[in-house]
Amino acid sequence: MRHIFSETWSGLRRHVTMVVAVVVTTFVSLTLFGAGLLVYQQADLLKGRWYDRVEISVFLCTQATAGDNCTPGADITDAEREQVRQTLESNSEVAAVEFETKEQAYAEFQEAFDGSPVQDSLTVDQMQESFRVKLVDPAQFEGVVSAVAGLPGVQAVQDMREYLQPLIGVLQALQIAAMATGGLLLLAAALQIGNTIRMAAVARRREIGIMRLVGAGNLYIMAPFLLESLIAGLLGIALACGAIVAMILFLTANPQVSLQAGAWIGWPEGIFAMVGVAIVGIVLSIVPTIIATRRYLRV
Amino acid sequence: MIRFDDVSKTYDGQRRAALKNVDLEIEKGEFVFLVGQSGSGKSTFLRLVLREYRPTRGRIFVAGREVNRLHNWKIPGLRRQIGTVFQDFRLLPGKTVHENVAFALQVIGRSRKDIRQLVPETLELVGLEGKGDRLPEELSGGEQQRVAIARAFVNRPRILIADEPTGNLDPATSVGIMKLLDRINRTGATVVMATHDSSIVDQMRKRVVQLADGVVVRDQVKGVYGYQ
Repeated sequence: MRHIFSETWSGLRRHVTMVVAVVVTTFVSLTLFGAGLLVYQQADLLKGRWYDRVEISVFLCTQATAGDNCTPGADITDAEREQVRQTLESNSEVAAVEFETKEQAYAEFQEAFDGSPVQDSLTVDQMQESFRVKLVDPAQFEGVVSAVAGLPGVQAVQDMREYLQPLIGVLQALQIAAMATGGLLLLAAALQIGNTIRMAAVARRREIGIMRLVGAGNLYIMAPFLLESLIAGLLGIALACGAIVAMILFLTANPQVSLQAGAWIGWPEGIFAMVGVAIVGIVLSIVPTIIATRRYLRV
Repeated sequence: MIRFDDVSKTYDGQRRAALKNVDLEIEKGEFVFLVGQSGSGKSTFLRLVLREYRPTRGRIFVAGREVNRLHNWKIPGLRRQIGTVFQDFRLLPGKTVHENVAFALQVIGRSRKDIRQLVPETLELVGLEGKGDRLPEELSGGEQQRVAIARAFVNRPRILIADEPTGNLDPATSVGIMKLLDRINRTGATVVMATHDSSIVDQMRKRVVQLADGVVVRDQVKGVYGYQ
């Protein structure tokens, strides 16, 4: 046992620059991989929240709005509003219909732009009434849209996903970019670990030859190399986890970021990402080591 | 102790067999010289005993195990029964004599107590008492070979394999090494030694097995080198 540890220590010291390089590469690649995991969860969170909440908004005419189905200068009449509601409620694709009054719309507007100069630019009267429609199947929205779009008093029908799609698209692109960069760097880290260990094995080939000759077990011969790469890997994992903690702290502690969007990832997602980073990091340090030393252990 | 049953070995990518239909039995406690020209199959024979290679055909028994059927993970156990000495000594340059010999015990997990007892005992056996703190480079060739023999024998293997152990040594030094191998043989260890050194074979009068082109052409009790 003492022998294994002293060999590991001397190996780490002998290749200190390579070990530092391995730690840095592992750290950066695992951080990107972890960031990818965070972005992935963020995208899921946003999708789930918004898809859950509302799919289609049917905006109704006011005095100030212009539209093909609006009477200029007049609000929607009660009869028209009732007809829209009935059309929606009788549609089999519709799961639920909710009516939002001008006051509710104003309150939401106030909340969304709290503290912003825009906050006071609109009055209650300028807000639009709307029906918020939930669909049985969010993908089947065309039928509902065409059923109400032509009704008198309907100013516009909006599929909320149109607005979310670009945001989710950006997140997905980020996710792919982070994963791809992380993946490439993980590959580089794996190759670098393999090379470092191979160098260490070449430097110790006399010892290895004698160990094999006198009957030392394979695990015993391999242990210093495994420990060496595992220590470098664990350092990289620790640094990457530190970076993830920093990201989560930034997201949860920064009020502007956390207020505006509402659904942001927090500690549970951060811990998930760290566990993922740790597993990938350990595999990353052990597998190349086994492959790199196999040649020297062939009996 | 060592038995070859109709053993042939052809290396990958070669057409000529390195060993052909070798039948040979070496008893416990025997001292056997393996002679023959370069490429006659001496080294192949020794490597098959160590299970560095598997035979292409036939069965090999070493210390009661059929080595060609041995699982990879059991090979270290086999090698602990066999000590090996080479022409080029193969000592670790950064380690002292004592450390070089102790290394062979450390890496098979022997206790420090065993090491403290066995290493000085073995150094005394090979005539290196008092030189445990020297580095290999401070020793003569003969002394270095004694260190290598000490390392091979420190675990008290039942078989000692020596591949041209006197190949790098002058005749007077070689005689000292041969006396040492004879002493080890007298403790009960089986010794198999491949050599080109005719005067040593002629002096020792031990069993001589001669190989030519992978075939045993002579097996003689108390034999001589017998060819030039």
